[in-house]
Formats: sequence, C-alpha cells, structure tokens
Amino acid sequence: MKKVIPIHPREEFQARSRSVLNDPAQRKNFRGAMDYLQSKRRAQFVDDSELQGLRTLGEAIRQYSLANLPRLLEQLEANLQARGVQVHWAQNADEANAIALTIANKAQASRIIKGKSMVSEEVGFNHAMEAAGVEAFESDMGEYIVQLAGETPSHIIMPAIHKTKQEIATLFAKEVPGVHYTEDVDALIAIGRRVLRRKFAEADIGLSGVNVAVAETGTLCLVENEGNGRMCTTVPRVHIAITGIEKVVEKLEHVPPLLSLLTRSATGQPITTYVNMISGPRRVGELDGPEEMHLILLDNGRTQAYADEELRATLQCIRCGACMNHCPVYARIGGHAYGTTYPGPIGAIISPHLLGLESTYPLAFASTLCGACSEVCPVKIPIPDILVRLRNEAQAKPDTEEGSLRGSGAGRTVAATAVWSMWSQIYSRSGMYRLASWFMSRGRSMSPSEQGAWTQSRTPLIPAPKRLRDLLKEKSKK
Amino acid sequence: MSARDAILGRLRAANHARQPTLPEVAAWYTAQRRHESTSERTTRLCTLLEAAHTEVHVVTRTDWTAKLLQLCVDKQLHRLLVGNNTPHGNAVQTCAPGNLQVLRFEQPVAAWQDQLFDAVDASLTLARSAIAETGSLVLWPTPDEPRLMSLVPPVHFVLLDEANIHADFHEAMTQEGWSAGMPTNALLISGPSKTADIQQTLAYGAHGPKELVLLLLQTQAAEEGGAA
Repeated sequence: MKKVIPIHPREEFQARSRSVLNDPAQRKNFRGAMDYLQSKRRAQFVDDSELQGLRTLGEAIRQYSLANLPRLLEQLEANLQARGVQVHWAQNADEANAIALTIANKAQASRIIKGKSMVSEEVGFNHAMEAAGVEAFESDMGEYIVQLAGETPSHIIMPAIHKTKQEIATLFAKEVPGVHYTEDVDALIAIGRRVLRRKFAEADIGLSGVNVAVAETGTLCLVENEGNGRMCTTVPRVHIAITGIEKVVEKLEHVPPLLSLLTRSATGQPITTYVNMISGPRRVGELDGPEEMHLILLDNGRTQAYADEELRATLQCIRCGACMNHCPVYARIGGHAYGTTYPGPIGAIISPHLLGLESTYPLAFASTLCGACSEVCPVKIPIPDILVRLRNEAQAKPDTEEGSLRGSGAGRTVAATAVWSMWSQIYSRSGMYRLASWFMSRGRSMSPSEQGAWTQSRTPLIPAPKRLRDLLKEKSKK
Repeated sequence: MSARDAILGRLRAANHARQPTLPEVAAWYTAQRRHESTSERTTRLCTLLEAAHTEVHVVTRTDWTAKLLQLCVDKQLHRLLVGNNTPHGNAVQTCAPGNLQVLRFEQPVAAWQDQLFDAVDASLTLARSAIAETGSLVLWPTPDEPRLMSLVPPVHFVLLDEANIHADFHEAMTQEGWSAGMPTNALLISGPSKTADIQQTLAYGAHGPKELVLLLLQTQAAEEGGAA
C-alpha cells in the first residue's frame, strides 16, 4: 500500500488538532475516557514499591529480549515450525499484505475475520484485502463500530473511544439491517454479538495480532476481554497472526510480569478475561482449532530504531496505551489528530521509523515534555528524551552526520535556523551579549505587540527596562 | 536476499554497548509471594472472580452434580455440552433428568458447528488449576474437552479442585512445568466475556459466555470439617 505523504505535515497536523479542539463533544469524550482509564490504572497500583519493582523487571525483560533479538527470532521460528506453524518475514507493509494474500489464495479464502491487531492497521491490511477482493471484517466491538463508520481507531486499546453511545445507536440503526435505534448498551452489544457470530462461523481465515511471542516454547500470547480473539484463532480453518519483530521474549516465565504490567497499565485490570496462549495448529485427534497456522513477522522500519542505541528503547513498548491515557496533549486532541496508526507519545516516537520523519516530525513537537508518559510507562521508555532526540533529528542539517534517520532534516526551516544561529552567536560571546541586551532593554518600546503564536493567548514579551547587569552596577555605586 | 536474511542482517549489524543479563523473574516472584493458608488463597481467588462477575459455588465430591443440575433448572438451561467420555461429563450424564439434554463433544467441530453455535445453552469443563493473584482459571483444552467448549455456549460451568490453586501465574507455570511442553492452546479465564468499548460501559457476553459459573470442589479435609 502506498502511504500518503502529507505535503505540509505541520500545517495538516495543526488543522486536524484545531478541528478537534473546536469540537466540545469530542473533547468531552476524550477527557472522560482518559479520566476513567487513569483512575482504573491508579487503583491497580496501590503499592508503589511493587509497581516500581515490576517496572524495573519489565524493563529488564524487554531490554534483554531486544539485546538478543536476532537469536530469539530464529529460535521462535524454529520452534513454531516444529509445531507446524509457517513463519513469514515481511520488510514492509506491501510484503506483509502480499504474504497474507498468497495464503488466502492458496486456501481459496474469500472471507477474513479479524481480532484486534494494531499491526494490521499499520500495514493497511483491510484496504489491501478489499482491493484484492477479499473481505476483511473486524470483530472487536470497538473495531467493528469504527469499521462500520468507515473510520480508523482513535486509541490503541479502546478504538471507538471518540464515539458516544448515541452516535453508535444511530450508526447501528443505519448500517445493520433490521436494527432499530437503541441507546441501551447491552442491546447494542447483543446486536454486535449476533452479527459477528455469523461472521466467525462463515470466515475462512482468522487474523490476529500477538501481545507476546515466546521463543523457547513457540507460543503466541494474546490478551482480550471479549472472546473475539479466541473465536478468530479457533473457529476459521486458517489462522494468520501478524506481529512486529520486537514482540518476542526468550522464556515463558517472562510472560507473567509483562502481562501483569500490560493489563494493569492499559485498562486497570489485574488480568484480562482471556489470556490465550497458542502453540500451533490443530493436532491429530483434536476436534477444533485451525488446520493451518501462519505467523507474519513485520519489520516496517523497526530495524531503523533498533540500529540506534538510544532509539532502540522505543521497541521496548508493550502497547498498553498508558502514555496516551496520561498525555495532556492526547487528552485534548485525541487519536485522529496525529494522523498515524499509533497516536499519543508512543505514536510520536515510533511513527518516524514506520513512515519516515518527513511526514511525522511535527508529532515530536506536540509535547510539553512534562514526562507523564515516561512516569507511567510500564517498561520505562524514556519518551521525553527520545522526543527531544527526534526534534534534533527533524532539524538536522541535511546530508550530514547530524541526521541519521529516514527524513532527518525535514523539519528544518530557514527562519528557525537563522534565529537559533543568531541566538547561539550572541549567547556565546559576552561582548555581543552585552551589546544585544543593551539594545533590547533600551529599545523595549519597539517590541512588537503581535508575537505570533505566543500572543494568541498571552501578553507580548517585552524586555525589562534595565538589565540585571545595570541593576547590579547601580547597587554597587550606592 | 530474502526478507528474512535482510531483517536479521540489519538486526545483527547493530551495536550493543552492554549485554544485559537474564532477568531474575523467579527471584522477584519469590520475594513478592505472600505466605497464606489454602483457605486464604481460595478466598482471594473467589473474591477476584466474583468481582469479575463470576458466580462461585462451593461443592463437594458427593453433591456437585446435584448442584449443577439445580443451577441448570434455575437458569432454564435445556442443552448442556460435556466432554467426550470425561469422568465428570459422564457423572452428569448419568444423573441428568429427562428435560436436560446432555450433549457430548465427540465429532470435529465442522460436522456440527451450527448446532454448537445456536443450540447449546451451556457447557461444563474442568479447570486444570487456578491463580489466586489474578482470579484466573487455567484450562488446557484437550481432544476430550476442546477449545470451543469454554467459548461458544452462553453459560460456562467450570469444575475446579481447591487443591489446585496457585498463588500466581509464575508459580502455576513453573510448578506445572509448562515450558517443557505447551499444549496447542492454554487458557486463563478470569470471568465471563465482556467489553467496555461503548462509552466505557461494561457489558457482558460480548462474544463468549455471558455467564461463568465456578463449582469449587472442596478437599476432603474441609468436607469432614464442615460435617463435624
């Protein structure tokens, strides 16, 4: 799939943000949802020393896994193959979709039922299948709602967080045959259950993501509350799992701490309703489960993050969404404003590797660097440090050592570069500094009253009439 | 070059300033684990399960079938699915009244999928063990008790022996030696199927069972104690 590269990423991001900021209903939805998720998480971590110990352990497991990533991927592949799972490698979105289509063609499949998978969103799976004449139907309730509305998820854990029940009631009445308008949540869920049960029964292929892949046993772990993930991985005759290459751990015992951190951080649950651990297709004698199983391992820019020791921490992520739930920017502009599959702080630091900095650099600036994200991150990713690094990358001089990423230097502007170079000249020479500050204070009446974005909601900046230097001089004379 | 070689090549080319050691997961869990009696552990499991909307009934080896049949009457269930030739399935089948049809999962699912999806009211499976810390039931589906039994019917009854409750997930997998050989599918179930995808409002029975009912088999000692 061709990614649409915005021509003016900064302006487009600002326009999307502004449109949400001007929509009180959406802002209320996001604020309410974030307050809910924050309080649920807080209730799970009453013992701070336990939380900090578990975070340290989670970070250690993720760092150990990444340090041994190539070996663990090979071990995972060998163990899965030994259990009859076919393992495929994809360097980018196009390759991943092509692999899935080849599997579908071989299996003569025309209907795919999908469990929740952000990686499938990342590769534009649904569009690619649709273009090839294969139906790809979402089965997670939130994803089903979003697909029915022709939208994309606005949160990685709660995809339909931007919608009210009234909007969903209207959507169901309009799009689901034979359904009358109802705002009753139980009735709405029952409608979804009825529609989707048919879809599970009819589908040829079930597609799922992976939360953790275990190398030593060849096991794919999936967490969920609804049961649609279990349906997708059990009912259709073919199961395809798709995951980023970073999701692997070495040992089965690495799973409990990561899952505990994941579910408690994400939705404030001690555990999800289902933890589904799959280690192969149906074996001889078994009466259900898929007859054929595949795993697609996706790179899509992750190796770029991996190559850099500072940016590698980005890949520690276990996709809990706590960083977005606690981000003052995300809470105000919501997920769609980011324009990327992964929104929020994690989206700002992972998207440049998936899509290039040229289209994603404004996201690194959409942060107050308050540090809430790294404070709640269950695997201690230093998100603010990485945001600052990406800001520098975005403004690096093109074709120099300064920039090391795809699209480095895309955010560099003549005006900003000139202002900062002048600033650095003045601040590194005391004579220049003295002269410049004298002119600033004496010429304060000439300060412009319109100072761009600053004065939109603040009074203009006007230098003091006397410099600190002047005040000290006066004091010493007395 | 294949995609596989290209990806692995790029990963192998990366620098590593330090090599982290294997994380000490077991040590952390040992330090965290509380010392508690069997009954404290059982209480912890049941409290969490009930908080997650699970119905819990304490039963004995002699009265559990009667309890199950009574629950079927109370819940107006007419078709109960049991495993193929399992001791507990057979026990229920033997004493089931005429108005309760007991079905066995004895054919591959493709042969009777429509019936399973539309005409089964409830199922009964065994739990291999349970986890007190998270309120979870551990199921390892088998050819006799397949995966869909705990997923498709609207009501799921689970039989658990109190002696098989572990403190936490780590203890369960290490004491039971999971890493020596995983089954096709291992499951933790911690309540009925649910969703909060519509305006954070909790609704049960999203895709799986609307009701999860635990029949907790008390050990002999407790039975005697209770009788005394």
